[in-house]
Amino acid sequence: MVTVNPCSAELPGTLGETMPFLCEGAVVTLQSAAGGSVLALVLALVVGLTATSRFRGARAVARVYMEFFRGTSVLVQLFWLFYAMPILTGFQLDTLFAGILALGLNLGAYGSEVVRGAVQAVPAGQREAAIALNLSPYQRMRRVILPQAFVEMVPPMNNLLIELLKSTSLLSVITVTDLAYQGRLLVNSGSDQLVVFALLLVIYFLLSYLITLLMRYVEGRAARLVGRGKPRRTPWRRRSATAGAGR
Amino acid sequence: MTPESQPGTPAEPDPQWMVRFDKVVKTFGDATVLRELDFQVRPGERVTLIGPSGSGKTTILRLLMTLERVTSGTIHIDGECLSHMRRGTRRVPADERHLRRVRKRIGMVFQQFNLFPNMNVLRNITEAPVRALGVPRDQAEDKARELLEMVGLADKALAHPSQLSGGQQQRVAIARALAMEPEVLLLDEVTSALDPELVSGVQCLLRDIAQQGNLTLLCVTHEMNFARDISDRVLMFDHGRILEEGPPDQIFSEPEQQRTREFLQAVLDV
Ligand SMILES: Nc1ncnc2c1ncn2[C@@H]1O[C@H](COP(=O)(O)OP(=O)(O)O)[C@@H](O)[C@H]1O
Ligand SMILES: [Mg+2]
Repeated sequence: MVTVNPCSAELPGTLGETMPFLCEGAVVTLQSAAGGSVLALVLALVVGLTATSRFRGARAVARVYMEFFRGTSVLVQLFWLFYAMPILTGFQLDTLFAGILALGLNLGAYGSEVVRGAVQAVPAGQREAAIALNLSPYQRMRRVILPQAFVEMVPPMNNLLIELLKSTSLLSVITVTDLAYQGRLLVNSGSDQLVVFALLLVIYFLLSYLITLLMRYVEGRAARLVGRGKPRRTPWRRRSATAGAGR
Repeated sequence: MTPESQPGTPAEPDPQWMVRFDKVVKTFGDATVLRELDFQVRPGERVTLIGPSGSGKTTILRLLMTLERVTSGTIHIDGECLSHMRRGTRRVPADERHLRRVRKRIGMVFQQFNLFPNMNVLRNITEAPVRALGVPRDQAEDKARELLEMVGLADKALAHPSQLSGGQQQRVAIARALAMEPEVLLLDEVTSALDPELVSGVQCLLRDIAQQGNLTLLCVTHEMNFARDISDRVLMFDHGRILEEGPPDQIFSEPEQQRTREFLQAVLDV
């Protein structure tokens, strides 16, 4: 079998002429998506939990962050981080870093709402049982509430991460050389428009499908954690599954 | 900081009353659920609370479990105030540390079981002893298996809560509460969510538990035979007040109040 490197310049015709550049762009896209995702997830967890805090001040801070970054577009946030901040503070961020920061802050705000919603959707009885068993506030969150909320978070987080991936194309306005940037460059320098745009479509789709596959795996693991979905295949489980079948 | 000003120093134990309500008022918004409620429970006493729906029985248990805060008045557990603590000479609202120390003495079983779906049966029982009391895990597991034996579910240690019937889940919940070795156990209509054929099994178990230990028991139930079997005293509630109280035989056979008679009639008819 002959394996073909999809990024090779040896590929026939327009493919060989465009794919090396698009692959470079795809790597940058992946880098900004991965960096933005990590930042967004961390922010979502921290801010989302703060939004469920018993302390009104803490909740207010979380709210302000969430409303502010959801209410202003990624593009405008990018302009501020990359162009306005150096003027105000004299500190110039690296393009990729500014991009990751803007994506993380923006999608993190949406993610916080997901985390807050999922935590509050855990039935009150679970928290009360944990109090009755004298678990500390941290233990209640860590051992009882979060594991259950986590299952609810995965599908909406999947959507957010795909949204984030697609938003990386905005980073080309601050000259991050991502997939969309490379595509436009190729078209401007005379490559066949239709081929380039078709390739962009395919590559973006493959990348977001990758995220979905990853999240499906996480979702399966999480569902098993709270006893939903397929139980793990061990001799013991099979036995008790048949024993409980009469119910 | 002087020794007296240490927050949350334990109060004098009260040899006479395990549970003491003094002029307890609880309101939710405009609705007054408990009106200056006074009552006491002796150590080891088993008390059943009965009364029409909405009369405040659950609220009383939830206040004891510190799931709600009193609007005014005080609740003491063995001489220790639930809602306030001493800091120096001042009385201040209880902080988390104080609450956790009083909670240690109280356990509760809920109508809806509330087992943790993210843990198997054994873990449901051992989690709190291990995390909240610092019991070594193997020791907690031995104890949990003993308790499972007692509630008749020795073979279900590794099962998941969703694989159990309602009756079995409730028995796990009882074992889970007992694993914390509470002095006061609160039971809130623990059989009302069960299919009729599963009720008697759970009631038998609770009868045994009530008869063995020196647990102080506060039990809300609509099952009058069960109440008769397990309690030393029955309190009849109506509109957040105690309408009458007495030994079960007296309350069930010759209640003084017309309202109690009507209530018992209604409960026994269904
Ligand atoms: N969290 C709450 N918010 C508002 N009202 C409540 C709340 N909990 C209980 N109540 C009200 O308090 C009253 C007493 O409730 P409860 O203690 O559950 O009675 P019981 O257990 O005797 O049926 C009811 O009228 C109920 O609607
Ligand atoms: Mg009730």
